[in-house]
Amino acid sequence: MRPFLYDRADDLATARQAGTNEAMAFMAGGTTLLDLMKLDVMRPLRVVDINGLAPAHGRIEITSTGLYLGALVRMSDAADHQAIRRDYPVIAQSLALAASAQIRNMATLGGNVLQRTRCNYFRDPTWPACNKRQPGSGCAALEGVNRTHAVLGVSDHCIATYPGDFAQALIALDAVVEIASGEGERRLPFAALHRVPGDTPEIETILQPGELITGFYIAAAPWLRRSLYLKIRDRQSYEFALASAAVALDLEASPEGQRIRQSRIALGGVAAKPWRATAAEAALQGKIMSEDVAMAAGAAAFAEARPRSENAFKVELGQRTLARALMQAAEMEV
Amino acid sequence: MNYPSRFTPSPSEASASPDTPGLSRRRMLIGGASAAAVPWITTPAHAEAPPSPVQRHVDAPVSIELTVNGQDHRLSIDARTTLLDALREHLGLTGSKKGCDQGQCGACTLHVGGRRVLSCLVLAASVREPVTTVEGLSGPEGSLHPMQQAFIDQDAFQCGYCTPGQIMSAIACVREGHAGSDGEIREYMSGNLCRCAAYPHILAAVNQAKTQIKEG
Repeated sequence: MRPFLYDRADDLATARQAGTNEAMAFMAGGTTLLDLMKLDVMRPLRVVDINGLAPAHGRIEITSTGLYLGALVRMSDAADHQAIRRDYPVIAQSLALAASAQIRNMATLGGNVLQRTRCNYFRDPTWPACNKRQPGSGCAALEGVNRTHAVLGVSDHCIATYPGDFAQALIALDAVVEIASGEGERRLPFAALHRVPGDTPEIETILQPGELITGFYIAAAPWLRRSLYLKIRDRQSYEFALASAAVALDLEASPEGQRIRQSRIALGGVAAKPWRATAAEAALQGKIMSEDVAMAAGAAAFAEARPRSENAFKVELGQRTLARALMQAAEMEV
Repeated sequence: MNYPSRFTPSPSEASASPDTPGLSRRRMLIGGASAAAVPWITTPAHAEAPPSPVQRHVDAPVSIELTVNGQDHRLSIDARTTLLDALREHLGLTGSKKGCDQGQCGACTLHVGGRRVLSCLVLAASVREPVTTVEGLSGPEGSLHPMQQAFIDQDAFQCGYCTPGQIMSAIACVREGHAGSDGEIREYMSGNLCRCAAYPHILAAVNQAKTQIKEG
């Protein structure tokens, strides 16, 4: 690990002041940052420890209008929260199925959504070609070992998969992300936070240097309780998704069956960023829930898929994962 | 201490980071006098409160205080030092093991503020709560913690390298209320790898000890 200056910011004003240079990194749980610093992938000159913000920005608040999650909430605290498990199941499940118990005790929600890809060419600097790590150097995964890589949102410059789970749950519940910057504060739909790689895969979010996520807000909505996270992976536990689906459904009973008033769908393990599947949502709109309808939604979600040599299986796996998630959500008793 | 060479870039590597061409880490200073040289790491100067003239070198040690197993320690360490290295290399507490050093194997698991964490992915300088390691489990007369005894009774290890991490994780697993069933124990112990594959015996040990350990 390369040397760096270590500082603490125990309040937002100090963090904001610290935040205006690109060679600085905020550190909360540190589970991504320190890992990638040891691998010599991330090389900050200054590390600003923001764990002291937890008293002000690490709260879980549930009101009649919705759920607020401070950015410094630890993954395990949200995953184990009784009211979140009951009323926002997709949130609790996406967190409980991620990482290990130790990492969930460390990692914060703000840092979680900013975790970096697990692409081995990105994580290993002995590979010269990685546009995300070294812009303009190429992409070794295009013709390399790419079984775990993305099929949606990819470009000819990067096919790295967004590795997280919680971000998809936030998208499925129309969450808003709250961001502090030197100028003040801004809020935007969480689905707008991440960028597709295009020809600048090194730029992963719309965050400007020094901006800091301070929290997430989920407004009350009819689909919150009928929501779930289905994660398919090589191992049963402590593994990243090959394909995952976060779904939320608003159903109404009709003589023919359960009619889908509205749905929200986000996919993981298959895309370059947390992927809202709007085509699948459109395919479900107004339909009577059935396996055929669920599979049609899966097909719509992957219509634009661009598989490579080793990851074509993710198209069918992703479709079936989404279809099963939709069927399971429809069967939930809420 | 002397770091193994892989932790310390060679002088040529250290003098020019790819992120900041031409900037030397070794020469990077922070503070009023160096503001012109490294404007991006200084805070704006206020007329009424000029910045402190104190300069810091990136290689300068940081002073930290650690409470480990009830004992207070003051250390002057390299900012890069993980909690695991501080314990093993500076305090002589080698119970916590270094397996992967990448947060993947769980051998370094210990408790900070009563919660299990991976000490290889924690900067020692960032620790703000008391630390408990496997050395801190036994009673005043040297009596074993129920989980330690259960690991012996159930033959829950072969080579033993992962065992301190397994024991620290298992105690937390029970206290968290995640030891309700075999399936739940397996899920909530999945962050601790055992290359000897003593998993069935570890499961038996957790089941044995869980009635003697309080939740919460």
